[in-house]
Amino acid sequence: MSLFRQARLLIGLGGSNDIVRRYFVVNGFDGALTMLGMIIGFEVSAPGDLTVIINACLAAAIALGISGLSSAYVSEVAERKRALQKLEEAMIADLGQTAHGDAARWVPLWVALVNGLSPFFISMLILLPLLLAKAGLVLPLAPLHTAAIAALLLVFLLGVHLGRIAGISWLRSGMQTLLVAIVTAALIYLVTG
Amino acid sequence: MVAVKRMVLDVLKPHLPSAIDFSRAIAEVGDGYRVCLTVLEMDENTQTLSLEIEANSIDFAAIESAITAMGGSLHSIDQVEVRNISGMDSMS
Repeated sequence: MSLFRQARLLIGLGGSNDIVRRYFVVNGFDGALTMLGMIIGFEVSAPGDLTVIINACLAAAIALGISGLSSAYVSEVAERKRALQKLEEAMIADLGQTAHGDAARWVPLWVALVNGLSPFFISMLILLPLLLAKAGLVLPLAPLHTAAIAALLLVFLLGVHLGRIAGISWLRSGMQTLLVAIVTAALIYLVTG
Repeated sequence: MVAVKRMVLDVLKPHLPSAIDFSRAIAEVGDGYRVCLTVLEMDENTQTLSLEIEANSIDFAAIESAITAMGGSLHSIDQVEVRNISGMDSMS
């Protein structure tokens, strides 16, 4: 069996397609809103040194990634072990050396990777304008504004993705998530501004 | 040479992998394998299957290993069809 088909079989056995898709959106949304919040926080404070802003946002992105990775791994391992035990009781057999055993070992890692990397990469995409500005590239807008626009765009795209999954209007779904981001931004301005 | 041409097996397997993936993995044991799977019974976690396999020469150990690798359990061999190929060659 090819490696690709083997991986597909394990993911299918673990029933992880839905979970991974959900984690990708939920944690990606977390990452985007956290970065948006931090950028607005820096914006309403006197915008300081770009290095400080990048380091603070990068630290938050790493923390989000590690948090997503570890929490998903620990909980998925427990869930998969429980499911495997239940199946072993039904089959009256040790399934440790079967595809089900492999799925119980590998699927938590796959789910944890998606859960951890999704907020990290989305955060990095939002931070890209700040990194480019620090590297000396002249942006058409201020780096913080460009990063905020990137965050809003990514939140909108996550909504579009959700709309496509649900089979509803992608525009409506995108606008809904965008509205959440705008309300978040407004609240931050209201509280800190 | 005596070759096993056809077998009907009684197998218990979890719901996953699906009947299609399960049959496909067994057919991948060798060239020219033909697999016919019938679900006889189903409960909350498992399915009882009748698995009919045809090939020029069935490798039973490989079939059993493929079933076990997918979490299945072979309960019984219900039918076997064997042919003496060398005898047929000399007749022709």
